[in-house]
Amino acid sequence: MKEITLHLNGEVRRIAVAPHETLLEVLRERLGITTPKSGCGRGDCGACTVLLEGKAVRSCLILAIETDGQRVTTLEGIGEDGPTALQQEFVKRNAFQCGFCASGIVLAASALLKENPQPNEGEIREALAGNLCRCTGYEPIVAAVRAVARRNAGKKRVAKRARS
Amino acid sequence: MTIACTFGYSKPQTVEEALRLLARRVGGGIMPLAGGTDLVAWLRDGAVSPGHLVDLKGLKELRGIRLVKGGLWLGASTTFSEIAESPLVRRHAPILTEAAGMVASVGIRNRATVAGNICSAVPCCDSGPVLLVYDAQLHLATRQGPRTMPVTRWFKGPRATALPKGAILVGILIPTGRHAGAFAKLKRYRGEDLAQASVAVRVDSRGNWQVAYGSVAPTPLRGPKVEKLLKGRKLPEADLIEQAVKIGDTEIAPITDIRGSEVYRRMMVGVMLRRTIQLAARRLAGEGPDYGINILEEEAS
Repeated sequence: MKEITLHLNGEVRRIAVAPHETLLEVLRERLGITTPKSGCGRGDCGACTVLLEGKAVRSCLILAIETDGQRVTTLEGIGEDGPTALQQEFVKRNAFQCGFCASGIVLAASALLKENPQPNEGEIREALAGNLCRCTGYEPIVAAVRAVARRNAGKKRVAKRARS
Repeated sequence: MTIACTFGYSKPQTVEEALRLLARRVGGGIMPLAGGTDLVAWLRDGAVSPGHLVDLKGLKELRGIRLVKGGLWLGASTTFSEIAESPLVRRHAPILTEAAGMVASVGIRNRATVAGNICSAVPCCDSGPVLLVYDAQLHLATRQGPRTMPVTRWFKGPRATALPKGAILVGILIPTGRHAGAFAKLKRYRGEDLAQASVAVRVDSRGNWQVAYGSVAPTPLRGPKVEKLLKGRKLPEADLIEQAVKIGDTEIAPITDIRGSEVYRRMMVGVMLRRTIQLAARRLAGEGPDYGINILEEEAS
């Protein structure tokens, strides 16, 4: 066992881990963070997505010990002031049904919107191609991300007008 | 879903320390760890059960993309996302840009490395055909000192490479120079999938062609007969391309498996060869779409 330090959702968490424990297992079973889901266990489904140093990654394919000293963000850690604009769009559009894929999709889309505030439909679909949903289908999910992208475009126009 | 085997873990800070660690004798053996997207899945499947892992992500020498004497240097810990987004790679090795954007999904690309991809050496690895057409040089660190090896001598079989025991792949050198090319990858559906078959082609301003195939033999492989046929032809005419498609079919040895039948793979390698040769020739002439397209979804013209 080795003690590691995680900057988890803005808090410093220290925990002793064995090298064979995955980040997903440590989050869910040791730290009580249950929004990352255990789906396929081989990187195909995206249900275990977390943000590592701000980048969407598969927590089922990362050993917890590899993340010593790094910043890990899960769904619990976004939206300090209540649901984010993206989450609100998900709710408004019923962009999930059973919800198993939702935390991974919201995180993957949040990372996309942070890097690229106005992604086009192709970019959205590419960013979410590794997150599988088996109930609602992808249309309302893509529509929710597009709605935020459109709103970001509007904000940019307003800011431009204000400057000129 | 848990990993059944137990192992030790080290994260050395220098290459010397890493080589020392890799040289130790440990029951079950020692394996290097990079992005882990293959290795952790294999640990879980029980396909490998090492006694110790040496995490290479602490090694500064393995980081970065830069122009050096002799070409474009890709440190071994460069991820596919870093490659896909790098202006240097797009400028000097654009076929790699095209391929990197098609590897698995963003969540994998943010972690998986091109060096790890060729060290895993599964027959369908996307980097294999691209590095083969670039005649990339692999730079290794061994306890006896640094070594280089052409990528054409790297692949030895499914999941088998020429990496000497205890050595580390430090970086990949891609020769630079004016060229064009294209990469095509056949998948069962849009979005992430392993390649059912892939083709990379490169042509330089003198009309020298390099061709390579993935997923259609025990290793990625070059297509010397097609290269010879096209030699000197910067704009191969339709008849010659059809001849290349016929000859290409004799260079591959695909099998039927869960991802596709032999017949389908052969047929689609022909389609991909035709389209990538056409696209590379157009790009060499300064026409054609930017790198990063999926030629199997775009209109081929």
